[in-house]
Amino acid sequence: MIPELGHYALILALAIALVQSVVPLVGARSGDAVLMDVGTKAAFAQFLLVAFSFGCLTYSYVVSDFSVQTTFENSHTMMPMIYKVTSLWGNHEGSMLLWVLILTVFGALVAAFSSNVPASLKATVLAVQSWIAGLFYLFILITSNPFARLDPAPIQGRDLNPILQDFGLAIHPPLLYIGYVGFSISFSFAVAALIEGRIDAAWARWVRPWVLLAWIFLTLGIAMGSYWAYYTLGWGGWWYWDPVENASFMPWLAGTALLHSALVMEKREALKVWTILLAILTFSLSLIGTFIVRSGVLTSVHAFASDPARGVFILFILVLLIGGALSLYSLRASSLKQGGLFAPISREGALVLNNLLLSTACATVFVGTLYPIALEALTGAKISVGAPFFNATFAPLFVPLLLAMPFGPLLAWKRGDLKGATQRLTFAFVAAVIGFVVAFAIAGQPVVALLAIGLAAYVIVGASAEFLERTALFRGPLGVSLNRAKGLPRSTWGTMFAHLGLGVTLLGIVCESAWGVEKIGAFRPGDDIPVAGYELKFEGISMRAGPNYQEQVGTLEVFLGGRSIAVMEPSKRAFAARGMGSTQSALLSRGVTQLYVALGDSNPDGTTTIRAYYKPLVLLIWIGGLVMAFGGALSLSDRRLRVGSPKLAKNRAAAQTG
Amino acid sequence: MLLTVRAMSDIAKNDAEKPATPEAPRRRSWFAILPLVAFLALGALFYFRLGAGDPNQLPSALIGRPAPQTSLPPLEGLNAAGANVPGIQSSDFNGSVTLVNVFASWCIPCAEEAPLFVQLAKDKRVRVVGINYKDAPDNARRFLGRYGNPYQAVGVDASGRTAIEWGVYGVPETFIVGKDGKIAYKLVGPLTPDNIDSIMRVQIEKALKAGA
Repeated sequence: MIPELGHYALILALAIALVQSVVPLVGARSGDAVLMDVGTKAAFAQFLLVAFSFGCLTYSYVVSDFSVQTTFENSHTMMPMIYKVTSLWGNHEGSMLLWVLILTVFGALVAAFSSNVPASLKATVLAVQSWIAGLFYLFILITSNPFARLDPAPIQGRDLNPILQDFGLAIHPPLLYIGYVGFSISFSFAVAALIEGRIDAAWARWVRPWVLLAWIFLTLGIAMGSYWAYYTLGWGGWWYWDPVENASFMPWLAGTALLHSALVMEKREALKVWTILLAILTFSLSLIGTFIVRSGVLTSVHAFASDPARGVFILFILVLLIGGALSLYSLRASSLKQGGLFAPISREGALVLNNLLLSTACATVFVGTLYPIALEALTGAKISVGAPFFNATFAPLFVPLLLAMPFGPLLAWKRGDLKGATQRLTFAFVAAVIGFVVAFAIAGQPVVALLAIGLAAYVIVGASAEFLERTALFRGPLGVSLNRAKGLPRSTWGTMFAHLGLGVTLLGIVCESAWGVEKIGAFRPGDDIPVAGYELKFEGISMRAGPNYQEQVGTLEVFLGGRSIAVMEPSKRAFAARGMGSTQSALLSRGVTQLYVALGDSNPDGTTTIRAYYKPLVLLIWIGGLVMAFGGALSLSDRRLRVGSPKLAKNRAAAQTG
Repeated sequence: MLLTVRAMSDIAKNDAEKPATPEAPRRRSWFAILPLVAFLALGALFYFRLGAGDPNQLPSALIGRPAPQTSLPPLEGLNAAGANVPGIQSSDFNGSVTLVNVFASWCIPCAEEAPLFVQLAKDKRVRVVGINYKDAPDNARRFLGRYGNPYQAVGVDASGRTAIEWGVYGVPETFIVGKDGKIAYKLVGPLTPDNIDSIMRVQIEKALKAGA
């Protein structure tokens, strides 16, 4: 009964989406406030219905109702409760339901927090948002019903894919989807602006918080996914340039560009046409990512069980949404009025450079990801484009980006002073030299890595240049500096942390890839494995039982300078229900540096293959991501972005009258 | 796509540097259509790839080529019908259709496909032989004892050298060698109730006809 209720709620949501796709639009055209207001109420109704539907499916997972097919295929009574819940989105059907849930949450948020947006624009945005929702409800109901029943109901479920039974992976999809789906708002705003044929600086101000919100979650989602891949796949790598990773990275690059170009539009009314295009492309890339994972077009470790029928349907959605938006763009873009002028050396100029580099980087990833399919379609040849291509093309794009980054916030709008900015970056240049020298003293080589360390130090210190400048820190009394720091807008803090985070990530990447040590070999109990000054004593293998698996645990005692500092226990788990296994690497953190041990196969001669890695400063890679997201959150909390929002306006009105 | 990007950056520059000259709108509208064109091309590409089958299907360079020179010793102590089960020699391939199955006792999918091979082996028009890949002889014998021995010959490839010559990606894999001693088909991964009729038997019939 409960699954049927969930199914029915989803059908109702579709019906409401149809209403919401048309009525507010008619209202906006005819200026009818009642019709426009339907959009707001319908958006809340959609959210409630989909949330109810999602709740029903969650219930089936929690009580292990195996008469529901997706529950049977992905759950197991012995699984810990948390994985029972998260296995809901560990499969195609459930993850689509999560996808539309997030979409309706965003729809409801727009409905709730857009009273400062003109009614007709808001109505149009909600209508466009509802086209997206309607298409995806149809997709779920027609090709991927998560509530399909089995009769008779099986007694036990098939269990969740073991590599998904992990906390990191449990929260990775929701984070990533909030990011992907969050960009639907800027897409809807862009399409609505094109429909209305009117766009101005205020548009950018309304859109930027949504872009920022999506960007924060996408950043966290990607960082989480990367850390998960690092500790769970057992190879010590944290980024594989896998098509699905690229599918999440492309919207991130485009979204980062959008964040910056919207800034120019907000302040200077320039880059309007470009910003609209970026808003469309960012969500389009999110949709293409969704398509790639589910259609079976590309080979990837992440792909869901693929089904061409679903692929055709998603492609149909892509053509309608992206094709429709881009058609509208090609018709209307040239009629949008242009904004302010600026000199090449200016804040705007720096942000244009940022956009050029980021969108080129995005195009590079795009080409590298899709080139193999295009080549196979044209010539039939099978190739794969891997890390060497991306590493070779990415560095030349990111080095100038990172070099220019600290300059951006120091340049004035319209016409900047490059010489002045360079002087104010003296600290950063000094830091670069210090970074280089320190790295040289510690490691000596390779030179490229030493230069990269210098670059990272420059980025980190350069990111705080604006902060130092505006607080006059080290140049005046500390009290004055503190007061000024308190007075700084949150968005300035946000910029500082986001830029600084990138430098931190770079530092981690460089140290890990240049000075990481890898030891792979077959060892017997009692053997010593020396890794970068640490001694790992392999003590042997034992068996242990978990709730729904058996595991082989290797025990290694870690010695540093003859003193025992820790015991590491990497394991291999065998999950009986699926006959599959997973690797649990053992990690030992020493500050932000890690020792990493993964267990390989047991060999017939009594030895065990063990992979041991020394990963200097590796944690900085993800800490940098967290710092970036934190910067985004600070910027989002800036009062400026909320000015004009209903509560604040009321408070101010109250303050004025009172 | 790179072209589009250049066009996009031109739009950006247009926006930035040369606003609203009289000719600009016409040029811009031409650029404005490029993203749409690029997307439609991409859509067409996706559409054709959707129909093109499983991208996980790896081609084998060896199909249509003679089977590699193979000489593998028998699995010690493995008997069938009171006689020792022989090893594998290349010369055995001539004259009949042979299924060469690469298996190991430590490979879980191999255990799942084993009963299906017992079924296939009932077809007396084909020879079924096994290459025992990187395995301990005791374990291999126990494996065949438990799941049944479909093989008329079992060659021991303890070093994995022969598997490399056959271009094996991983166990299990199954080759169909034609009567002319050439490799006619290769199945990567296990035989399953799904593909035994739809793929394996169809390919076997094809190989049988080709030699007739």
